[in-house]
Amino acid sequence: MTDPANLQKTALFAAHQKLGARLVDFGGWNMPVQYAGILEEHKAVREAAGVFDISHMGEFFCDSHFGKSFLNQLLTNDVEKLSVGQGQYTLMLNEQGGVIDDLIIYRLPKDQYFLVVNASKIDEDRAWMEKKTPTGVSFSDQSGAYSAVALQGPKALEIARAFLGAGWTEPKRNEITSYSWNCQEILAARTGYTGEDGIELFFKNEIAENFFFALLEAGKPFGLKPCGLGARDTLRLEACLPLNGNDLSDKRTPLEAGLGIFVSLTKEANFPGKDVLLRQKTEGPQEKLVAFRLKDKGPPPRPHYLLFQGAAQVGEATSGAPSPTLGYGIGLAYVRTDCAAPGTELDLEVRGTRVPVEVVKKPFYKRAG
Amino acid sequence: MSNIPEQLRYAVSHEWIKVEGAVGTVGITDHAQHELSDVVYVDLPKVGAQAAAGSTIAVIESVKAASDIYSPVSGEVVEVNGDLVKKPELVNKDPYNAAWLFRIKLSNPSEIDALKDAAGYKALIGE
Repeated sequence: MTDPANLQKTALFAAHQKLGARLVDFGGWNMPVQYAGILEEHKAVREAAGVFDISHMGEFFCDSHFGKSFLNQLLTNDVEKLSVGQGQYTLMLNEQGGVIDDLIIYRLPKDQYFLVVNASKIDEDRAWMEKKTPTGVSFSDQSGAYSAVALQGPKALEIARAFLGAGWTEPKRNEITSYSWNCQEILAARTGYTGEDGIELFFKNEIAENFFFALLEAGKPFGLKPCGLGARDTLRLEACLPLNGNDLSDKRTPLEAGLGIFVSLTKEANFPGKDVLLRQKTEGPQEKLVAFRLKDKGPPPRPHYLLFQGAAQVGEATSGAPSPTLGYGIGLAYVRTDCAAPGTELDLEVRGTRVPVEVVKKPFYKRAG
Repeated sequence: MSNIPEQLRYAVSHEWIKVEGAVGTVGITDHAQHELSDVVYVDLPKVGAQAAAGSTIAVIESVKAASDIYSPVSGEVVEVNGDLVKKPELVNKDPYNAAWLFRIKLSNPSEIDALKDAAGYKALIGE
């Protein structure tokens, strides 16, 4: 267990302490796992709004003039499709087609691409990209300079409008706009990791604490609550959004993970792992990432719990938790393809006992409208 | 400041026991439920199960993790609290009364002497 003194802190660390957050070591970062409580925070995001500190995530910038073709040869989705102000979910693979990281790439005005990567992969992503950057392309890791928050929930947009004011151009789903708040540039993207509508806001560290508290104040009348990483995990799991390190890894391809729509095998650009995926698409993957639920009340699934069909072990869970919205245990698991169809009944082994579960269609939760 | 009833005895692993004659009622402390945060599932022993003092007897699951619960004394489980199946959140709401976990017939009553009293438990948790 790392000495808290050796953990990295975001620019909102003092704010979390002031708010009475329970802080934990999250991949080397000292982050809030909860404030009022995970169930209460989860409910706030589903019914009103929550704001998460996501400052630990990474922010890379790449010039787009020559950068476009470099990025299109690095990432699975088709960068050519992005017009100015648009973003797309995409993946960076190794030569075996395994996932190094999943990320969102946005095309900004003024000839720039903006990549938001997982906190745990900043150094690895940068090293991989630096090795491949051709001369003439400038790419920089600005993670240390940027903070970010995710404002998510049915009231998120109302709060953003009230807080940012009349001058703000509201982005449409997956779009990104730039805004000036107290003379500081804010990037606002209509993206998120909870299954609710919302905005992810990126800004320089210097304004982070002021921005965060001002946002909390503006959101109070709407029921806005600060939310930690505990609720972030239960929310994203209900929406079947994968977590790199659990559901995604360098040993699994995006096709096994069910993320084929974010992989362009038809684009001309060649990216690492493309040949592996082309073969796998023809043959079909041997295992697939499925969503499963407990059939009755019972212990929640957890990562690494094994799945059985009769006496045969057919899979292993990669994520699991109680679902606060649905009231039963849910999880994601890689299982043998012949056991992956929704409706398949399997057994989950929990502390030596077999508990009946069922494969279900994704997602577990989908917001109305 | 957590609630630490005077008449109970406490294990260093944060279980309490109320001894009435040869039978003890066991649960977890207010401090423990606060540390766990939202309890979502309780895995209780079977009636008739034999327990050794300090051995794992139950599991309490919070949103993020499963925590082992240890029997403070040796003996035979004679009753378990079925209310916790439908309402695991009682552990957070009422750890000393409605959320008792199990009752155990003590096979070695002198084991109680090794447990802490309220003042001792208060000191243990640094309050």
